[in-house]
Amino acid sequence: MWLRRVGAMALTLLVTSFLVFSSLYLAPGDPVAFLVKGRSPSPDQLAAIRHEYGFDKPFPVRYWDWLTGMLHGDFGQSYQLHASVASVIGSRLPSTLLLVGLSTVLIVVFGVGLGIFGALRKGKGVVVLVTVGAAVPSFTAAIVLRSVFGVRLGWFPTVGTGSGFGDELHHMVLPAVALTITFMALVTRVTRASMLEELGREHVEVVTSRGLSRSTVIRRHVLRNALGPVVTVSGLLISGLLVSTAIVESAFGMNGVGSLLVTSVDHMDFPVVQAIVLLVVATFVVVNTVVDLVYPLIDPRVRAA
Amino acid sequence: MNTLLDIKGLTVAMAGLGRPILDEVSLAVHDGEAVALVGESGSGKSVTARTALGLFPGGATVSGSVVVGGTEVVAAGPGDLRRVRTSVASMIFQDPRAGVNPVRRIGDFLTEPLRRIQGRSKAEATAQALELLGAVGMPDPPRHLRQFPHELSGGMLQRVMIAYALTADPRLLLCDEPTTALDVTTQAEIMAILGRLRRDRGLGILLITHDLDLAASVCDRVYVMYAGRIMEAAPSAALTSVPRHPYTRGLLGSAPPLTGPMPRLAPIPGAPLGLAEAVSGCPFAARCAHVVPGLCDATTPTLERHGDSQVACLRAAELIDETQGEGLR
Ligand code: SF4
Repeated sequence: MWLRRVGAMALTLLVTSFLVFSSLYLAPGDPVAFLVKGRSPSPDQLAAIRHEYGFDKPFPVRYWDWLTGMLHGDFGQSYQLHASVASVIGSRLPSTLLLVGLSTVLIVVFGVGLGIFGALRKGKGVVVLVTVGAAVPSFTAAIVLRSVFGVRLGWFPTVGTGSGFGDELHHMVLPAVALTITFMALVTRVTRASMLEELGREHVEVVTSRGLSRSTVIRRHVLRNALGPVVTVSGLLISGLLVSTAIVESAFGMNGVGSLLVTSVDHMDFPVVQAIVLLVVATFVVVNTVVDLVYPLIDPRVRAA
Repeated sequence: MNTLLDIKGLTVAMAGLGRPILDEVSLAVHDGEAVALVGESGSGKSVTARTALGLFPGGATVSGSVVVGGTEVVAAGPGDLRRVRTSVASMIFQDPRAGVNPVRRIGDFLTEPLRRIQGRSKAEATAQALELLGAVGMPDPPRHLRQFPHELSGGMLQRVMIAYALTADPRLLLCDEPTTALDVTTQAEIMAILGRLRRDRGLGILLITHDLDLAASVCDRVYVMYAGRIMEAAPSAALTSVPRHPYTRGLLGSAPPLTGPMPRLAPIPGAPLGLAEAVSGCPFAARCAHVVPGLCDATTPTLERHGDSQVACLRAAELIDETQGEGLR
C-alpha cells in the first residue's frame, strides 16, 4: 500500500510539473522583453540572450532539461534576481514556513477548540462568529487587523519580517491571524457539526448509561469519533495555506515565498514561478497522502475496505 | 422481597405534544424477577426503561417517582445517577451495531468502564473482560478483545453488549428489544443467554418488547402499555389464559402461534395513537371493538384489580363474562 501511494505521489508530481512548465511556456508575453527592459538590443544580442537562457531550444528539450535539473536540485536561474532559484526560494522559505506553522497551530487549536465549545454549549454565539469569520477575505482581515491592533493599539508590528525568533514570531501574529480567520471558521464549523452528529449517536448513550463521566464520554467517544472529517478538512486547508501567503505577505510587506510569487509573476520570472507552483503542489500532495495514511488509524472501518 | 425498580405515577410530558409521553406509569421489578413491558412502537416502553437510568427525554417535565435500588432518580444529582448506573442497573440496547463505538476495539470498550469506574488495573480488567466474553458464549475471547465491531456479526455484537452491561455487576438488567435487530436463531440464543444469566446471577430483568408471546413465555409478569399508559398488568400465565383488556386480546390475536394450526389472524384495526393526538377518556377507544360512545371517551379508566390482573378498562368486568361465554377471544 505504501509503495502504491508513493508511486501515485510521484506520478502526480510528474504530471503537474509538465502542466506547470507548459502553461507558462504558452503564457502570453516574452521573458526576453523583460530581460532587455527598455534597451533596444541588436538582433545578434537578442539571439545571444535567447541562447543563454535556452529559449532557442525546442519545447520538449527545455522541459527535459528543466526536469532533470530539478532532480539534481537545480531549479534554474531567476531572471529577475540573478541568482539560482533554489537560493532565492531557500532564503525566503524559513519565514514563510514559520508563518504557515503558526497558522497551522492557530487553525488546529482555535478552530477545533471553538468547534468543541460550540457543540457543547447551547448558545448560538459560535455559529454567528463562524458565519462572520468564514465571510472575511484575508486581505480585508489584514487591513482591519493592521489598523486596529497594529496602528491604533500598537500591540503588534504592522510591517516586515523581524529578526531573531521571538521578534519574527511577534511580526507573524497579525499575518497569521489574517491568513487563518476563514480557515479557522471552516474548521470550527466542521468540528462542531461532526461533534453534534456524534453526540446524538446511540453508542454515546450506551457509555453514558453505563455511568462514564461526561468528560470521559466527550473525550473518548464523541471527540475521538468526530475526528475524521476534522482531519480531512484541516489537511486540505493547511496544504492550501502556502498559496494564501501570497496575499498576506504582500499586505504585510513580508519577504516570504508568497510575496516572491507575486513579484515573480509580475516580472515574468518563469523559473521562480514554476518552482514555487511545484512546491505548492508538492505540499498539497504530501499533506493529503499523510491524511490518507492517518485516516485508517482514526477510523478502522476504512482499513478493511 | 426486595424491590429493584419501583416506578410510581411517572408522568413525562413535553411542551407542544398532544398527550404526555408517559402518563401515570407505575411498574415494579423485584429481585431476581423477570418482568416484561410490552407495547407497539411509540407506546413509551423504551422511554420508561430509560428513566430507570435517569435518562429522560431532553426538555421534558417529569413528575412521579422512579426508585432504583433504593435511590430516587427523578431530579437526582450526578452522584446518585452515577451510583445507579455504575452498580445497580444497566441496559442492553436494541441495535448492537449502533451501540458499540465503531472506532474502538472490543477490548477497549469492555475494559474502559472496569478501569475508569470499577477502578481495576489493566490486567484485572482484561481478565474480567475475557471472563465476561466467555460467560456470554463468545467462542474465542482473546481474539475478540483485539477485534473491531465491524468484524463481528450482529448476534456476536449483542453478546458484547450484554458483557458490557455485566461489567457493572448489576442487579437489574434493562433489555430494550434486545433481539429485534437479529435473525430468528440468534434471537433464541440471546434469550437463552439472558435466561441463564438471570438464573446464575439472580438478576432482575425488565424486558422491553413488542412481542407479547415472547414476553409471556420468558417473563414472570407482563405489563401491557399503550399510548404512554399501562393498560394491563398480570402474571404471564393469567395474561395469556385470561387476557382482560381488549388491547391485550388484540395483541395476542395479531401474532401467529409458534406451534399448532394457523388461526385466522385478527390484527388490531387502526394505528397507534401519535404523540400529537390529544386523549380524552380511554386512549384505546379509537381502535377498540367494545367502545361505548359517551362512556369510554368521557372517563379515563384507571388500573383496577380483576382476578390476578390489573386492568385499565371501563368495561373489564362485563367483557370477562362475555369472553368466558365464548370460550376466550
Ligand atoms: S375503556 Fe372502552 S374503549 Fe377503552 S378498552 Fe375498555 S371498552 Fe375499549
